[in-house]
Amino acid sequence: MSHQDSNNVTAANRRQLLQLGAAGAALGTAPFLFNIANAQTATIKIGFPVPLTGAFSAEAQDQVRAAEIAIKEFNDAGGFNGRKAELLVRDDKLNPGEAATRTLELIEKDKVDFIVGSLSAATQLSINAVTRERKIIFNSISQSDAINEAKDWSPYTFHEALNPHMTAGAVARYAFPKYGKRVVYLTADYAYGHEMVRGFERAGKALGATTLADIRHPIGAADYSSFLPRIQSLKPDVLVMCNFGRDLVNSVKQATDFGLKEKTRIIAPVLLYTSRQAGGADAFEGVVGGTSYYWGIEDSVPAAKAFNDKFRKAHGGAVPSDYGALGYAGIRSVLQGVLNAKSTDSLKVSLAMGQMKYNWYKGDQYFRKCDHQSVQSVIIVESQSKGMKDKNDVFKVVGMENPNEANLRSCTELGHKA
Amino acid sequence: MLDITPSLFMLQLMTGIALGAVYALLAIGLSLIFGMLTVVNFAHGAFFMVGAFLGVYFLGVTGNFWLSLVIAPLVVGAIGLLAERFLVRPLYGRGIDYPLLLTFGLSYVLIDVVRALFGIEGLPSSTPASLRGAVDLGFGHFPLYRLFLIGATAVVVLALWLFLEKTRYGLIIRAGSRDSEIVRVLGVDITKVWWLVFGLGTAIAGLSGVLAAPTRAVNPEMGIHVLAEAFVVTVVGGMGSLPGAVVAGLLVGIVFSMTALMAPAYAEMSIFVLMALVLLVRPQGFFGKAGALG
Repeated sequence: MSHQDSNNVTAANRRQLLQLGAAGAALGTAPFLFNIANAQTATIKIGFPVPLTGAFSAEAQDQVRAAEIAIKEFNDAGGFNGRKAELLVRDDKLNPGEAATRTLELIEKDKVDFIVGSLSAATQLSINAVTRERKIIFNSISQSDAINEAKDWSPYTFHEALNPHMTAGAVARYAFPKYGKRVVYLTADYAYGHEMVRGFERAGKALGATTLADIRHPIGAADYSSFLPRIQSLKPDVLVMCNFGRDLVNSVKQATDFGLKEKTRIIAPVLLYTSRQAGGADAFEGVVGGTSYYWGIEDSVPAAKAFNDKFRKAHGGAVPSDYGALGYAGIRSVLQGVLNAKSTDSLKVSLAMGQMKYNWYKGDQYFRKCDHQSVQSVIIVESQSKGMKDKNDVFKVVGMENPNEANLRSCTELGHKA
Repeated sequence: MLDITPSLFMLQLMTGIALGAVYALLAIGLSLIFGMLTVVNFAHGAFFMVGAFLGVYFLGVTGNFWLSLVIAPLVVGAIGLLAERFLVRPLYGRGIDYPLLLTFGLSYVLIDVVRALFGIEGLPSSTPASLRGAVDLGFGHFPLYRLFLIGATAVVVLALWLFLEKTRYGLIIRAGSRDSEIVRVLGVDITKVWWLVFGLGTAIAGLSGVLAAPTRAVNPEMGIHVLAEAFVVTVVGGMGSLPGAVVAGLLVGIVFSMTALMAPAYAEMSIFVLMALVLLVRPQGFFGKAGALG
């Protein structure tokens, strides 16, 4: 019986409870009854702050769509002792300050039991700062290396998404031996870009890759053509676009125009389903990148097929995107934790989640003990422009790196006690 | 450090000119409207964006790039005509900040209408098949589409110059921008001239959107960035001056491109440094009249 739970009992429930308690006093002590009545009435509230407006709004809306499926599934299966789950979606506007405010509001005013969400390295750190202090579970569904490091981490912090180190490493291990070792980076000048370059260079070092240049551009730049003649003259084997969303669409498009693909292979750490849809087949032709999820793995992964079918049914035949799928997994992990812990107390659920082996949508996963990073597969995809079955059939799965703790930075390196 | 060969320098210069061509085209529309109506059109970037969306849309419907290159600017021009008639016109005779604020608001309305019609993700746009590939210019390969961009801008600038300098209507427009009272006294309906000039300016913004669409991501916010750059160009060239818009447009493109070669991190800032320098040395810009905003 946590303090949080008793707060959730409404005045009406309290009255019913007192009557019930009086009538059935012979059955047991009042606190015991209180417990049962509460368990059957209060919903499990999960706060979901994501950037519904801003540059990543398309991805964020897909996260919500997928998260709702996980909630419905849980409720249809009877919930937790009859307690249903409820999703409270909030717009964090891709702004760390806004994200922290919304999270605090969700905890203080809406009395949520858990937080799942975020779609930027910066907002997830500000959400985590709030949840860490309030001792509420936060399961982050976007990429970051920093959140698992000891200085930001807490026992209530979980990271459902991939992190830049895993993603860049997997793509590097696939691409450098295959396409060549002379590498140029075109990097968005902020945490995401820097973390990705670091990931590629670390994996590349072991493979004998050399960096010819790391060209930094401001986030949200519209023109990349002026960087391209220089890249062309360096004649790299591989050009790595360490940028995200629209920046990736723009830079890949302009590199294609300049005929860079003739001699150079373009790769991206994260090749998003939504970016590919916005950029078109021609621009992304032959571009290789990593992803946490692509719906097309359903041919070989039964869990993906099951999840895709649920999503298609709920959303008129549409397939879930990579970040969307993380919304589903993020909610499911927490709710399974509740079932396993037989409690909604964050500390108990955290311990239960730490023990879990799960397969929600992409194959086997588990949270690493020391930092709660979800150990999972990284899928390598190549964009295709010909022979597609339908408009959703945009990628060819060319590789998959299986879940392996060896591909993560070690617990000691992150500052955790081993 | 970086080895700058002559061919790399030339390629970088061409890249800058292609970039500058779009800036010049945008600034011409902006300058035309300001020079004639003294309206600082903050919706110019939004008209550019609408042009890009309609260009991609009509290309999808007709399958013909050349047709979309004609239709989309006409539609954008028509939207411009409506905006002038019902929104901007009632504000003539008030301060310069009235139409400025109105067009600022209009830009947000246009962005949200496009979001509602085409979605927030934007449209995929690709280079028309006949203009794909790269051409050997002797010092390296340069994208054919960007050469076309430079050529198309030259044609538009030339046509506009001929129209303004050699035709009767051009004469009225030039006279109207000097002294609208006298033109009115001579029996010309100046209100109608202003109306058409606003339409022409927005149509050119739409045209630059259609032309730029294959080279960048087409999304509802694409005009916001571009507007700032277009204003830098008009300030450097001189508010209301067409030759200024062309010269400054190309210069801004080249400065950006060359800075990107030497110091990529400062490329974005370089054009604002250029603007600051020009404002310090020659506040009215290269070809501007002093006190045009007064």
